[in-house]
Amino acid sequence: MAELRARDQLRPALPAPASSVRRQFMALGAVPLSLGVLAIVCLLALTQGAAPIPVLSAVRIILASVPGLDSLVDASTEPEAWRRIVLDVRLPRVAAAAVIGATLSFTGAGYQGVFRNPLANEYLLGVASGAALGAALVIISPLGTGGYGFGPVPLAAFAGGGLTVTAVYVLSKSAGGGSATTLILAGVALSSLLSAITSFIMIGAGQRAQPIFAFLFGTLNISSWERLAWGAPYLVVGGAIVLAHGRVLNVLQLDEEQARQLGINVSRAKFTVLAASSLMAATAVAIAGVIGFVGLVVPHVVRLLWGSDYRRLLPLSAIVGAVFLVATDLVGRTIFAPQEVPVGIVTAIAGGPFFLYLLRNRRMAHI
Amino acid sequence: MTTLVADDRRTDRSAMPAPVEFQRVRVRLGGSAVLDGASLELRAGELLGIIGPNGAGKSTLVRAATGIVPLEEGEVLIEGRALRSYSSQALARRVAVVQQLPEAPPTMTVAELVTLGRTPHLGFLTRESSRDRAIVAEAMERAGCVALAERALGTLSGGQRRRAFVARALAQEPAILLLDEPTANLDPHAQAELCLLLRSLVHDGVAVLAVVHDLTLAAAYCDRLVLLDSGRVVASGRPAEVLTEPRLRDTYGVLVSVITHPDTGLPVVTPARGAITAQRAEDVDG
Repeated sequence: MAELRARDQLRPALPAPASSVRRQFMALGAVPLSLGVLAIVCLLALTQGAAPIPVLSAVRIILASVPGLDSLVDASTEPEAWRRIVLDVRLPRVAAAAVIGATLSFTGAGYQGVFRNPLANEYLLGVASGAALGAALVIISPLGTGGYGFGPVPLAAFAGGGLTVTAVYVLSKSAGGGSATTLILAGVALSSLLSAITSFIMIGAGQRAQPIFAFLFGTLNISSWERLAWGAPYLVVGGAIVLAHGRVLNVLQLDEEQARQLGINVSRAKFTVLAASSLMAATAVAIAGVIGFVGLVVPHVVRLLWGSDYRRLLPLSAIVGAVFLVATDLVGRTIFAPQEVPVGIVTAIAGGPFFLYLLRNRRMAHI
Repeated sequence: MTTLVADDRRTDRSAMPAPVEFQRVRVRLGGSAVLDGASLELRAGELLGIIGPNGAGKSTLVRAATGIVPLEEGEVLIEGRALRSYSSQALARRVAVVQQLPEAPPTMTVAELVTLGRTPHLGFLTRESSRDRAIVAEAMERAGCVALAERALGTLSGGQRRRAFVARALAQEPAILLLDEPTANLDPHAQAELCLLLRSLVHDGVAVLAVVHDLTLAAAYCDRLVLLDSGRVVASGRPAEVLTEPRLRDTYGVLVSVITHPDTGLPVVTPARGAITAQRAEDVDG
């Protein structure tokens, strides 16, 4: 111990670079800070809207509905209408927004890690267009939009998204050895084809195309506990797989040759993360339709704030993504109330200029 | 009985396999053979310099030694075992590589980069231990980039960047270190610093193979040189044996003078002005 101290004294004390101090401070507080912001945004979303509800009442109603806490918290004095609005209308929607936002950002970070490309996102490999076509086919079919929560539409969207990613993967593998560029090109090409088919269907469907529009703009209006519960297993399993690859994703930020020379089985790691991310993205699209920009913007914001270590980037992207989508959905349903703006439109309107601002920031060019 | 054991030990040592052995290695890239039956070995406790004109197959040799390029013929042995029999992780624990122009995100810090060198020693879900961090710190110290630890790679000079990647390779704790033109684009001071680092690694028992373009520098620091031309080994041996005027004229297509350094006795290769002898194979191909 004494020896160590003596050595330290011999070495000239280097002033710690300001950036490092700031980074360490930010890293320490990152998770509690972002979780705190998430809690505040969720509370706002639960209490604001066509019928404003006092924050304390909302908290009491939610706590009283939790088994085990109901004996401690008394919500019997709260109006039944408030209870209904908070528990049956707003809570599932806020939960869906949080889960979808978290999923899209998380998978966005995963895709960007695999492709070493800041523009990569969940829609690049055709998840969105495949899911949209699947949904469109079911909506115009005799099955229709079906049940409110667990209907055939999300299943078809899920199948469409999953099938498209698989097709893109197989096509690029046979065409160009499955390099990242070939994969992206195949994804873009197949996406365009499928989107064209979807547009064709919508032109022919006339009035019945309305639900397809809703799907394409993304909506959390139809989200329900059933749908979330249905998607949960895919999200949990996919999320665990991607999270476990955090350190591997760090190594993959070097070029492929270096990653291999550091002992990483590059093609297996990439395939695993891609498959898990695509499963999650397809689930998210099946639940809430096509919501753009979240997966692109949020991971970049997290990188700027807290650095690009994937072991931190992935969980923080999920939390910040949840904040972002809960907030944009709140804006979407209150700004022109009672008229509701689809959340996908709000994310693009909010995310686009913000992204351009980031691009103007020189630091962006280094990502 | 005791003598027998001692004898056994002696035979064992003499029979100890070379860290890297290339056996008639043939590699074809884009239709043409880049390595064409190259046989050479990196011996224990030596700094081996690979020299040769552009396109001779030097970089491919480094890449072949880590299984990055597939062999069409021949075999690469790492410590006596076929390269194919190693898992990529097991190989990365023995062999570290410093590429010529490695890519990394410009925002990544030097410390983060060097820490990645611990990858082959970590399990899938394990985090770096305090021992790993100590090894990373030592690697940075040795490669002279402690003061750069928190700097982003995008802000470094060419020499600083090279040191960071060397530190990453050292963090792998390799028995074998392969470097592709480690002294390219470095000023004389930085070149000497790097060569001295390689010498100290050799002293510690690491077998080092470096592709070097500067023939005089190679002669000054390498124990042996291997001269490659068109994917074949033209000559190998001590620097003074390999660097002869006629041989350099034939392989590089340029007239040079090889003189003996008055103090060290090592060969110094100096160019003669305007003395290109003939078009080289590479220029004709191009």
